[in-house]
Amino acid sequence: MARQTRIRTKVQDGITEILVLVSHPMETGQRIDPATKEKIPAHWIQKITFSVNGKEVAVADMGVGVSKDPLLGVKVKGAKPGDKVRVTWSDNNGESGEAETTISATPA
Amino acid sequence: MIDTQRRTLLKGVLGAVVIAVTGGIGFLKRALAAEWPKDAFAAKTVEDALKGLYGTAQTSASGSIKIKAPLQAENGAVVPISVTTTLPSVQSMAILVDKNPTPLIAQVNLIGSDSFFSARIKMGATSDVYCVVKSGGKLYSAKQNVKVTVGGCGG
Repeated sequence: MARQTRIRTKVQDGITEILVLVSHPMETGQRIDPATKEKIPAHWIQKITFSVNGKEVAVADMGVGVSKDPLLGVKVKGAKPGDKVRVTWSDNNGESGEAETTISATPA
Repeated sequence: MIDTQRRTLLKGVLGAVVIAVTGGIGFLKRALAAEWPKDAFAAKTVEDALKGLYGTAQTSASGSIKIKAPLQAENGAVVPISVTTTLPSVQSMAILVDKNPTPLIAQVNLIGSDSFFSARIKMGATSDVYCVVKSGGKLYSAKQNVKVTVGGCGG
């Protein structure tokens, strides 16, 4: 199943905030399925990479403690409207996803 | 006589191939493990998690780290946290929750970005939230207590 990855950028005082929302269950491996009484296997995003114009700016390693449908934010100085922001992620089951957006001129 | 020699030779070749293949896979697994700090994320205490990440649990408290978190979270499954710091040359930031089964939530390596990181995290119970910042090879930390009404770990 393709998981949605969405990016939103916001420019304020020359600093661009990059917000990423991935629809992902982020199972901890500790929850018990009420129907089968069995543990639901852990399934979580391990790595998210943020890059601007093809250059990596931040790499986040994540554990199971990040909420379901993770919303992560980083800030980048000096990025201009028109710059390309790319985010890629991969999880412990080998699934991955990515999204790309262009920083818009007017603050959204 | 010739036949037995052929057998031994074949076995030898097969054995070498098997060793080569398993060795290769073992190497790949190690390379992957090194990429994501597995031990740190599996650690049961804040100290062990920090040792797994940075090799030391020695941190000094810093007033230059600002944690933005709710004082009271109604739902422990979604607690918005953001960290900013005015410390110079920040290399990485980590968020840890003391009372969670595995305290390390996330660690971000800042390569070219500003000293800011935000995420929504899970909290099992009322606990201190630690933010550890690596700046110029040294570790600095700040903490804030977050009261949780309904835990977000487990069913």
